[in-house]
Amino acid sequence: MIEKEKINWIYKKIFTIRFFEERIKKIAKEKTVPGYLHTCIGSEAICVGVMAALNQDDWISSTYRNHGHAIAKGCELNEITSEIYGRKTGICKGRGGSMHISDFSKGMLGSFGIVAAGPAVVLGAALQEKINKSNKTCVSFFGDGAIHNGAFHEAAGLAKLWNIPMIFVCENNGYAEATATDWHLNTKELSDITKAYDMLSYIGDGNNVFEVYDITKKSINEAKQKNTPIFLEFKNYRFSGQYEGDTQLYQPQEEIDKAKQNDPIKLAKENSSKYGLNKNDLEKIINEAKEEVDKAFDFADTQPWPQPEDALEEVYVNYPVEIKT
Amino acid sequence: MTIKTVKEAINDALVQSFEEDKNVILMGEDIAGGKGREQYQGTQDAWGGPFGVTQGLYTKFGGERVRDTTIAEAGFFGAAIGAAMTGLRPIVELMYVDFAGVCFDQMMNQAAKVRYMFGGKQKVPMVVRTVVGAGFRAGSEHSQTLYSLYTHIPGLKVVAPYDAYDAKGLLLSSIKDDDPVIFMEHKRLYMTSCEVPDDLKPIPLGKGRIRREGSDVTIIAIQRMNLFAEEAANELEKINISCEIVDPRTYSPLDEELIFQSVKKTGKVIVVDESNPKCSLASEITSLISEKCFSDLKAAVIKITAPHTPVPFSPPMEDFYIPSTKKIIDAVKKLKDV
Repeated sequence: MIEKEKINWIYKKIFTIRFFEERIKKIAKEKTVPGYLHTCIGSEAICVGVMAALNQDDWISSTYRNHGHAIAKGCELNEITSEIYGRKTGICKGRGGSMHISDFSKGMLGSFGIVAAGPAVVLGAALQEKINKSNKTCVSFFGDGAIHNGAFHEAAGLAKLWNIPMIFVCENNGYAEATATDWHLNTKELSDITKAYDMLSYIGDGNNVFEVYDITKKSINEAKQKNTPIFLEFKNYRFSGQYEGDTQLYQPQEEIDKAKQNDPIKLAKENSSKYGLNKNDLEKIINEAKEEVDKAFDFADTQPWPQPEDALEEVYVNYPVEIKT
Repeated sequence: MTIKTVKEAINDALVQSFEEDKNVILMGEDIAGGKGREQYQGTQDAWGGPFGVTQGLYTKFGGERVRDTTIAEAGFFGAAIGAAMTGLRPIVELMYVDFAGVCFDQMMNQAAKVRYMFGGKQKVPMVVRTVVGAGFRAGSEHSQTLYSLYTHIPGLKVVAPYDAYDAKGLLLSSIKDDDPVIFMEHKRLYMTSCEVPDDLKPIPLGKGRIRREGSDVTIIAIQRMNLFAEEAANELEKINISCEIVDPRTYSPLDEELIFQSVKKTGKVIVVDESNPKCSLASEITSLISEKCFSDLKAAVIKITAPHTPVPFSPPMEDFYIPSTKKIIDAVKKLKDV
């Protein structure tokens, strides 16, 4: 039984992410913001379901498709938006941009633009938790494209060898950039890849936020109890292209139509009464989410640009000679 | 005062850092060695790394803090970054700098950038200890220096000590430093020794050292090249040529002021670098001098480097590859006549 407060939180976050990403798609079309944009439409349930099982100070890593993770992890919406706009008040002071939305104070170790960079970094945080006999949960998010990368395998091997109770969360959204997962996979199921490490793995419906939450919560307990890493594969569909502006010519219409039957937002709405939300409750949450997203974009648009010379700051903690211009 | 080899001095600095700060940990391939066969052989640190530098640490501090890894540099370098961000001070051993390629992403794109690109909220206090240098008949993939590869990257610091004194003092500093540091140990210098005070204080990064005062020619020598510079200076002294030897010791940050002071004094400069010549420390230092001290120069700066080739194996070819005392002497004589 999930407490009422958490259900409300889940619904609020899942709608916030969807509205946020729809707004991003809009500004991408209008070309009003600089840089690359990657939206996570279709993976909201994974972002929210996993994060619902975490505390705010638990550690995660994300990727260039990070808006959903950042929102679900509790990063300030205004700061996220301001960062995407490249403004001084952005979450990374304008030095990161959309691909690197991350707030260390909210337990985000980083949002990495390099595929499969995150798992090893999270392994290190989890090693630190182990050495310091602390108990924070450590989760690395990555896509199906990352599972062929050596850095993922090296982290998986060490996590198992060292008995590190970290959670690998693979968002299997059907595409590695513009390459279909069923084409690049060498195993029947993606998670079969963990057999080489004798690692526990579970597969879940990544469109069902409550299933994601449930599997994640149980896995965290199991990982800590057994002192072992666990690999979670959540299947979903990437409705967005690899990036905004992607023509998506490679994604068949019937595939998209079929995936829409299981759209995570649609499922969340359908399930709402089961979780004790009536029509009014749902409407209230949806309106609040919409309003907060609108406010964040209005906020970002009014924020000051950084000074050009701000580029020279915080390269090092301490550097005794001048950073060259 | 105690006479220590570079190898002993590094081991001493590691032990001292482990004792002073419980957050210091060490990860690497066979830094203990013999894992999985302890029960038969009765030894728990069979290797201490390929050069025996970390020998004894496992026995002294245990497997929780001294962790043998799989041959998976991307994995444990990434782990060092995450551990550093969350409160530990990891030291990772890159067995040879030549292996930089298999974990370069972790250093270039993560360790170096997380502070900057995520808004200055985190720091990555980690040290990469690595072994560099030719002259060991180790072939093309175990003999490079690659100083400039890391020096080029903003966010990283690069340290390359010549003697045992600097090795200990600079390693103590590197481990205490809050930024990622690449600490390069030259394999041909491990067994060289000098006096190292037991209570040596950490030597600040970014401070070079005048190894020999002189008035005619400045020789800026990088790591092992200090040995040849010293030999050359001794020879040249016999014919009344006075050489000043500058050892920058750290390459990022670089003690530019110390270099410029010496250039102003002599007006004649030789830079000796064991690396390949293109985009090297030698070319960087030469360029800085021509930019900042042009009017003080009495002649063009002479660079003595390895050729633009991989490091060859066979002794006659490898010896030809490495800059020599003779090359330095010839260059100094040429400058003296200017």
